[in-house]
This record gives sequence, structure tokens and C-alpha cells, in this order.
Amino acid sequence: MAVINVNGKALNHTADPRTPLLWVLREQLGLTGTKYGCGIAQCGACTVMIDGVATRSCQVPVNSVGNKKVITIEGLAANGTLNKIQAAWVAADVPQCGYCQSGMVMAATALLAAKPKPTDADIDAAMTNICRCGTYVQVREAIHAASKA
Amino acid sequence: MTIHQTSLGRNSLNRRRFLVSSAAVAGGFSLGFSIPFDADAQSPVKELNAWVVIHPDDKVVIRIARSEMGQGTLTGLCQLVVEELECDWNKVAWEYPTPGENVKRNRVWKNFSTGGSRGIRESNQYVREGGAMAREMLLAAAAAEWKVPAGELKVDKGVITHSSGKKTTYGAVAAAAAQLEPPKEVKLKDPKDWKIAGKPMKRLDTVDKVTGKQLYSIDFTMPGMLVATVRACPVIGGKLKSFDAAKVEKMPGVKKVVAIDGNAVVVVADTYWNARTALAALPAEWDIGKLGEVQTETINAMLKEGLDATETFVGNKVGDAKTAIDGAAKKVTATYSFPYQHHVTMEPMNATARVTADKAEVWCGTQNGEAALAAVSEAAGLPVAQCEVYKMLLGGGFGRRGRSDYVRQAVLVAKQMPGTPVKLIWSREEDMTHCQYHPTTMCKLTGGLDAQGNLVGLHMRISGQSILASLLPQNLVNGMDPAVFQGLAASGPEATYGYDVPNLLIDHAMRNPHITPGFWRGVNTNQNAVYMESFMDELADAAGQDPLAFRLKLLKPKWKAVLQAAADKAGYGKPLPAGHFHGLAQIMGYGSYVAGVAEVSVSADGALKIHKITAATNCGHVVNPAQIERQVAGSFAYGLSAALYGEITVKDGAVEQTNFDSYNVMRIDEMPQVETVMVPTHDFWGGVGEPTIAVAAPAVLNAIARATGKRVRNLPLMHHELKKAS
Repeated sequence: MAVINVNGKALNHTADPRTPLLWVLREQLGLTGTKYGCGIAQCGACTVMIDGVATRSCQVPVNSVGNKKVITIEGLAANGTLNKIQAAWVAADVPQCGYCQSGMVMAATALLAAKPKPTDADIDAAMTNICRCGTYVQVREAIHAASKA
Repeated sequence: MTIHQTSLGRNSLNRRRFLVSSAAVAGGFSLGFSIPFDADAQSPVKELNAWVVIHPDDKVVIRIARSEMGQGTLTGLCQLVVEELECDWNKVAWEYPTPGENVKRNRVWKNFSTGGSRGIRESNQYVREGGAMAREMLLAAAAAEWKVPAGELKVDKGVITHSSGKKTTYGAVAAAAAQLEPPKEVKLKDPKDWKIAGKPMKRLDTVDKVTGKQLYSIDFTMPGMLVATVRACPVIGGKLKSFDAAKVEKMPGVKKVVAIDGNAVVVVADTYWNARTALAALPAEWDIGKLGEVQTETINAMLKEGLDATETFVGNKVGDAKTAIDGAAKKVTATYSFPYQHHVTMEPMNATARVTADKAEVWCGTQNGEAALAAVSEAAGLPVAQCEVYKMLLGGGFGRRGRSDYVRQAVLVAKQMPGTPVKLIWSREEDMTHCQYHPTTMCKLTGGLDAQGNLVGLHMRISGQSILASLLPQNLVNGMDPAVFQGLAASGPEATYGYDVPNLLIDHAMRNPHITPGFWRGVNTNQNAVYMESFMDELADAAGQDPLAFRLKLLKPKWKAVLQAAADKAGYGKPLPAGHFHGLAQIMGYGSYVAGVAEVSVSADGALKIHKITAATNCGHVVNPAQIERQVAGSFAYGLSAALYGEITVKDGAVEQTNFDSYNVMRIDEMPQVETVMVPTHDFWGGVGEPTIAVAAPAVLNAIARATGKRVRNLPLMHHELKKAS
């Protein structure tokens, strides 16, 4: 039994220590909002925040997390209120299939925390997540809108 | 779990069924909420018809048979029902009926298949009728209660009123209305009177997608469920020779190691991660035979031979192209090629199956629920009546989830563990190497121009793979695959060639390599548009004419109007920023007319930048302009990803690409600005999800040719040096 801190709670898991955080979140803690897309840190569908840093959880062995604070998509809407990125996403009707959107929202949340008024170049650099439906135009619009909210 | 505003009514039928099933399994297990599924015999709420259920609290549940995979079809279809029903949009929820129920109810929901951009264009009539009939029944129920003629009643947003001052709501009369005979006929509104349809309504499925609550089938779980992962023979068509289960059976979490279909090994474990780890360690030998000799080069050689073959299928013929070209003042020839491509849905293939002696159930994302049901029945060896498929939202479809190979596999695994639910998840690597790929073709084009630069004859010889020959051979017509000529067809409401060329021959030499082809968003319009529209620019150049003017002389009215609209909006012909160039393309596909103008620049060192796309669409009737804008922009993300990077290659019979590191796709930094122009003529119903993809590549290729003088005839662009020759 090991413990990790996810969304402000200390949670127990029994996974092998080398198991990627992604699969511990999904299969041991029931937090399926974090998605498997590639397993090689390319697509960003598994993005979570670890101590505030957007991180691709498919490449993070769970035993390397230690006492760091993990925030997943399920941890963003405090008391059921959408954070400003999520609210901007809803206002701009961003998602299509939605599968990549947890990762997009996590990456955008981390971006705005680091740079409250990101430029297009900042967005290009930070938002390397893959979306196959092609929501990129709305993603950019929603980040700019959230930065003004 | 509590019901919050956003999940009101999102309890799709599959979830309800899941609750019922798992309660049986776990002895009362429940997720803590369930709004009764309205067709259940024990439910007090009766449906008005197959499409509409209204609860006493005025909540309206609309049943959607087509699959939602991001394209917005469920929102558009709900708009069409609500338009006729006249209920309150803010009280609308939706649910999927199951394919099994459709079979039991004599296919009352008609076609479940969600491909070919057919969702709205094929279902609009009957879903609107469903809404209109329900409205008539609700009004009749109120009229009976008040003893007034139904014709004296008015309804607005589900509130029924009478001049006497009487007032009621749909929810209050729904139970009485459900007892009435449905009207034999209903009159549908003229689209010009629409209030909900035709408007940019927000999607009905957004909030759960930004909070992590939306469940895809990869997220599905139920008590006692195990997780499996599969490795099929790396060479498609090869067989499993042997495997050594003993090597991995003692590994953590492993429950069972099985072979399926004689071509794949599967590890079933407590978790995906444990299954994957064991599968990676599982020794397996394959029998690939002669297929192991196939390389991309040998496939290309096979296609090249077809470019000059004498036996072909003729798809479109006008006059005598050969004679006209032979006698032309100027002759232009070029050969193009289009590689295999992968759909790369963000959610890898997966399905959960539970099979007992007398029942087989599957939970999955599928574009074709009824085909999935048939696959379950066949794989389980049980009659369809004892099988069921519970559809879940798709993490991308693009044609890939129209196939049921992954569904079949899940059932074959679960069948070996009777009663145990098994979720089969393909790794990205398995997904990348075992697809039904966008087919590969080549095209040799020969055109003849007269002394004035008029196009007098054109021959397009396509050589390459037929999707139908592989997947739907029963749909071949005397051996010919009509779908090969998509966008090039002689006539019809679907995908007709738009140019009036006096002498035209478009023919196909079918050459089918062993790599399985499949329907890939846009299908054969994609490469056909590259051939048709790139070569049209080559002909215009040879004629010394502007490519827009050259096209406008030849195009039929609807094709011409949409191209002109795109050109006008883009400011085609007007000065652009220094170093920027325009390229054009148009096509008819999926019943719609589309055109695009790409604005690109190529730097001195050959770096391509796609600045802006202006895209025009005539899809006849517009059901949701906001969703059309998103489908058009998304079409460029999809089509330009393919143009820039999309290529599946074959080495020793196997697909070489394995993941996003070897199969790149566009990210946000490469995404151009997209401006959508809608020019609907309101006289037909056209599709939206696919047609625009086809113009993405040729518009950009034509702009690159203007910028650099280089004509790229083989995709993807990543292989081409775009630096200007010094």
C-alpha cells in the first residue's frame, strides 16, 4: 500500500511502484478523466499538474511522485464551480469528441497560472497537446478569453 | 454521486442498462442515481414515440440513434426534433437507444450507422416528423382535457395556451398524450420559419467534457471486470504460429493468456498496466508467409503498373478524351500519388464484453451500432436477440469505429471467461499497426488544350486500392468500386465531378495490396481532390490563365458559386502581404459543395507557413452554423495533418509507424486561421463532417506552387524540400 496526494486528498493504491501515474489514477483511484492516448508523452491527453507543473502522467512512475501534489481534471472545479479555463471552454463550446480536452484544460490551466496574459506564441509553446477533431481554433480563443476573465 | 445540472438527462440508455445489469451482478450495486429509462415497462413515463419522451417535470428526452463522436450530430438532430416539437430547448436531454432495441422494434430508429456525413442529411425528415407528431399528440391531449378544438391552441416552449386563458405544460399532458393514436401525417415547418434549427445552439455535451466526467468506453468499468490487451500478428493477414503462456502466467495480476482468431494473443489481467506488461513479455511466433516480402516499394510498383494498364473500370466518360487529347494543340501530363494514412482517433480501440451461455453484451464506442451487434452475435455464436450493444460516446471516429474488429476481439476473449466482463484495450502501437487505412492510389492525368487555352480533353487514370473490394465486396458493381470515383462521378446527388469538360475519361485500375483499406474521414474525395484540383492548376498554368478564371469557365453553377464565394471572401486576386500566395480547390462531396482558399508563405530556407484558410460551404440547409464552423475548421486540422505528415509505410509486410513519434499530426502552432463562409441554397440536405477535408491539401499544394514554382505531386509534404532553387 502506498499513498499519493491527489486533488488535495491522500489516496491509497497498491500498484507496482513503476506503474505510470496515469494508470494508477485511472485504474486504482477511479479518476478516469485523465486519458490514455499514446503512452509516450506525445499527445498530452494524460496531462495532470504535479506541484503546479503540467506533466504527462503516462511517463511518471508512481513511486517518483512522493509527497508532491497531483491535480487532475476532476480537481479543478472546486465545490462544483468551473475554474475560469473550464468556464471559457464552455463559453467557446470548445470540445468536439472531447477525449483530448482534459489534457488541454490542464495544460491551459498551468499556462495561465504561469503566464496570466499569454501571447499566441506562448500558447503555441505550451499547448502541444494533440487534438484530432481540430479544436485548436477554439482552444486558442478560449485561452485568450480566460486570460481576460 | 449527485446529479448536477449538466448531467441532467445525460443518463444515456447504456448507462441505465449498465445500472440494471450491474445491480443484478453485484446484488444491489448502484452508482446512486438513475432516472428510469423511459421505455422500461415499469417506468411510469411512457414515450410519445420512438424519438420523444416527456417527463412530468417538463424534461424532454430525445433519442438519438446516430453516434456522437465530436461532429455535433446529436445537438443538430435534437435541434430538428425540438424545432417541430416546440418544447423548451433548456429542458432537453438526450439518450441513445440500443441497436438491440432497434432490432426488436422493427428498426423504428432506422439507420444507426454514422458515417458518410449522413447523420443529419439522411435522418432530418423522420426525426422532424417524430417531433411534429409528438407535438400534435400533446396538443390533442390538452384540447381533449379542455374540450376545445386543438386548432385553437398555441404552444411556445412547451407551454400550451388557449384564448380562454387556460394554460398547461407538456409535462402535465404527456401521460394523456402518450395514450393517443399518433397522427397519420404531419406537416413540417418551412425551414425559413425555424427558431431552434438553423441557429448556433451550444452543444448538449460540453460540460462533462471539461470536467473529466464524460465517460468513454475506455473508462467503462463494472464489478468483477478484468482488463485485456492484444497483440495481433504484426503483418496483417498473418497467423499465430505459437506462444508461450507459461512465461507470463505468473506475472503480477495476470488471469489468463489466450489466443483469438488464430492471429492474435491476448493477456487478461486485473489492470491494463499489468496486462500490457505481461503481453510485452509474452513470446509469440508468427506465420507471415509471402506477405513478409511486401514493402512500400513493391506496393508502389504494383500501382505504377496500373497507370498504363489496358483493363480498367470506367467511372466517368464524356465524348472521346483520347482523340481530343491526341489532336490538342498542347498536351499536359502529370502523375500523382497518395499514401496510406491512419485515422489516429485519440481514444485507442477498446470494448468491454460479457458473455454467458445465453447472452452477450458489449459496451463500446461505435459508429455502426447494428454492425457491432452483428459482430457480437457472430463472435459469441448467439442469436442477435440474445446480444446487445450499449453505445458510449466516441473519443474520435473518423471512419475507424465503423469497423467492428475490436468488438469482435473483445467478445472472443470474454467468451473464454464466461460471465466475467472483460475490457479489451488496444495499445496505441496495436492501434497504429492494425487499422483499416486510408487506401493508397496513384493518378496519371493527361489534358489537352486548344490553341486558345481551352481544355478540350482530360483523362484521369486512377490506379490503386478499392475499399469496397476489401470490406464490402457485395457493393461492387460488376467488379467496379463506384466509391473510387467519389467527387469524380458522372452524376448523382452525392459527389459529382463539377467541370464541364467536352471529352473526359476517368477510369480505375484496381490494385489491392494486402494492407486493409478502410473508410477514412472524407474517404476517396481526399486523394481525388488532390489529383483533380492540383492538375487543374497545372492546366491553367499551361494555358497561361489564372487558376480561378480557368476553373470558373468550366464549372457547373453550384460548384462555381461556392468557389467564387471562397475566392471573394479571401480577397483572391487582391494584393497579399509580401511573400504570401493563394491556392484554390473545390469539390462536391457528401451531397455538399465546398471550396477552400489557402494563404501560405514559404521562407527562404523552405519553411512552410499556412497563414489562413477561407472555406466556403453550400450544404443546402444549415442546421447549426456554429457546429458547421467547427467541422470546417476541424476538417483543415485533419486534412492538413495528412497533407503535412500522413504516411503509413510497409516494411517486410508490416506497418512501420507505431505511435505519434513516427506518425506526426498537426498541433496548435501549425493550425491556420480558418474563416468559414456559408452560402446555403436551401434546396437540398448536404453533409458537413467530411467534404471540406478534401480541399485542404490541394489548396495548400496550389499555393505552394505559386510561392515556390515547385509542384508537389506526392504526399506527405514533409518529404519535400520547398526551398526555392537558387
